[in-house]
Amino acid sequence: MKTPLCVALVLTCLVPSILIAAETSDLIDLVQAIGHKGDGHPRAVKAARELAQAPSGDALEILAAIDNANPLAANWLAGAFQSVADRGVKSGDLKANDLKNFLGETSHAAMARTLAFEYLTKVDSDSGEQLIPQMLNDPAPALRRKGVAYHIDLAKKAEGDAALKQWKRALDGAIDEDHVEEIAKALKDAGEEIDTREHFGLIREWHVIGPFDNRDQKGFPVAYPPEKQVDLDAQYEGMKGEVTWELLSSDEDDGAFDLAKLTEPHKGAIDYAYTEFQSPDDLDVQFRLATPNAWKLWVNGQEVFAREEYHRGMRFDQYIVPGELKKGKNTILLKVCQNEQEQDWAQRWAFQFRIVDPSGRAVHEAK
Amino acid sequence: MTSRFTLFAVMGSLSLSLTVQADWRQFRGTENSGLSAMDSTGDWSGETEIAWDSGLPGRGLACPIVVGDRVYVTASSGPRQETLHVLCFSTTDGKQLWERSFQATGRTVTHPKTSVAAPSPASDGERIFAFYSSNDLICLDLDGNLQWMRGLTYDFPNASNSLGMSSSPVVVGETVIVMVECDDQSFSAGLNVVTGETKWQIDRPRRANWTSPVIWPSDNQAQVLLQSSAGVTAVDAQTGQELWTYSEGASTIPSLVVSQNIAYVPSNGITALRPGESSSTEPEIVWQVGNLSPGTASPIVWGDKLYVISGAGVLTSASLEDGKRLWQARLKGPFSASPIIAGGKIVAVNEEGFVQVADPDKDGETVSSVELNETILGTPAVSDGAIYVRGDNHLWKILMK
Repeated sequence: MKTPLCVALVLTCLVPSILIAAETSDLIDLVQAIGHKGDGHPRAVKAARELAQAPSGDALEILAAIDNANPLAANWLAGAFQSVADRGVKSGDLKANDLKNFLGETSHAAMARTLAFEYLTKVDSDSGEQLIPQMLNDPAPALRRKGVAYHIDLAKKAEGDAALKQWKRALDGAIDEDHVEEIAKALKDAGEEIDTREHFGLIREWHVIGPFDNRDQKGFPVAYPPEKQVDLDAQYEGMKGEVTWELLSSDEDDGAFDLAKLTEPHKGAIDYAYTEFQSPDDLDVQFRLATPNAWKLWVNGQEVFAREEYHRGMRFDQYIVPGELKKGKNTILLKVCQNEQEQDWAQRWAFQFRIVDPSGRAVHEAK
Repeated sequence: MTSRFTLFAVMGSLSLSLTVQADWRQFRGTENSGLSAMDSTGDWSGETEIAWDSGLPGRGLACPIVVGDRVYVTASSGPRQETLHVLCFSTTDGKQLWERSFQATGRTVTHPKTSVAAPSPASDGERIFAFYSSNDLICLDLDGNLQWMRGLTYDFPNASNSLGMSSSPVVVGETVIVMVECDDQSFSAGLNVVTGETKWQIDRPRRANWTSPVIWPSDNQAQVLLQSSAGVTAVDAQTGQELWTYSEGASTIPSLVVSQNIAYVPSNGITALRPGESSSTEPEIVWQVGNLSPGTASPIVWGDKLYVISGAGVLTSASLEDGKRLWQARLKGPFSASPIIAGGKIVAVNEEGFVQVADPDKDGETVSSVELNETILGTPAVSDGAIYVRGDNHLWKILMK
């Protein structure tokens, strides 16, 4: 073989592997750069296709990239990871130990760790049995759910004090409504009643002012005085005369703050509800709300979400709004709009409100 | 062209044609009509045999779709239905070939009866477009490799419905069309099938809407009909340009059906519409019959008859010519799934998983049935002499013997 040909062949063999090694991170960057409304798609589409063909050895690099991705890009990376990891499972190149180590690093994104667990159980079917008992307080909701389910099963098999202890242990990790309800029922049957409203962190005491006018659903965009300034000593002209702030609390079993019951079942009306929340720290949180009414939410004077939908049901954690709390006092103002529909199912004027951390665990006020 | 090349070209074309005919690529079939070209020849006795069933990881109302020798199904799972699944099975033996899971970027709350996997997926024969109540649109190739994903509630945070959304996408050429219509941010859009970029987006009535876009077959300009509480709007599938509008209101649950250049719309009973000859922007009302009222299931056309299932489970046959009622037969309801036509028979699956095969030539007499004993809310698919049905936990292949 002549020397130039030999060099060319060597280069041909070497260059692709060098390129692939260099490219995976570049491809990840292109996928992470996608934004709203298709922004960055043409380049990211090409990158995602190439990422899906990456060698199995790059699987965990792709998975780790989910940590720094927006919710949409995280899914693109999850898709690429699954293509690569499926090949790794078939070839045997995806190693259980690597996945186990990844899973053990709880700083990784919940989605990435959940996928790591899923593939770990594909390459090592016994690993789930070993790891799930320790997942009771896992920061990844899907993994925590497995841990809670495991402890619920243990409680069901136990008797007497041992069962009680297990149910309480399961409750410690439980964040999902179905799990908490199941545990609360079992504890009640065993003679230990718990307040699920406290467990979920439902806020049940609010200063309320209203009604303001929402006839013909025209009040939603109107900035009534409480939106400009909350002064609990102020009085304003409402739709039926002078209105003042009143401190009210709910004793409903589900923690719902029922404005129609606590005030009057006004129609075509708006109430404002205000509370202050002492946060134990600066926190990334989720404001979780349920209501069949149109609503707006302000936290520390900033509008964080507004929704104009009436009577499409009221379900636990119906709305999940990401936000922040600062350490110390935070102000929360909620505008709750009732329309004038006459059907039986359109009379509810109520809300549930709570604050949770990104894993779904209730954030309670600092003492 | 050499004769050898000609032969290859003919074979290629024949092969493509056969593949297209056998596929069931979206809600109510490739043509959106509920008919399968190959299976609707009217020669099926109604006899059935379950070929296989496969487990599913979550619930869904989405119909299965069939592309080639694979059947694709979507599902959602998790305490808040936040995990979105796309699954691929072999039509031969029901073996799962691959599964992909994603996390919803939009809202996943729904009425307990429905599911985040309510919209049916669609395919252009090369890609799968999986759409969910969270308004996440996921594009995969046929082997499960992600091509792109859009989060339409991620883009428009008030595009959602607290009861859940269910409109299924359709693919027309290079455009996948979605209706994201609700009480707040309400729109329809056409996205580029290759890149997922928005080709067009139009504002739509701010009113909850669970109907699906329907393809209007046309030689010169591909059109899609968008039904809503306001009526029906025909738009150019490639540009979203409004072509004509019917403004007398329509149902927001059962979707219209098109046959022979006439749309049969659930509106004031059933209203038959034809593009107007005197006005290009207003359709002509061919007939309007108030006593034909579909429940949740969408109407279907077979031959020269229209078939409608009421909320009470009564199957009605009506003349396409004037809407006159011809016969009625009581089926065992209630129905969420829309009926389909297979081998000349009407196949209707009720919510309890009871598959009923009704013969339109015998005034709707039920000629056979299959008890699947599972909640089934999704419309079946038909391909190559088999019916595919998905329930809360299983996918079945039922042979048409």
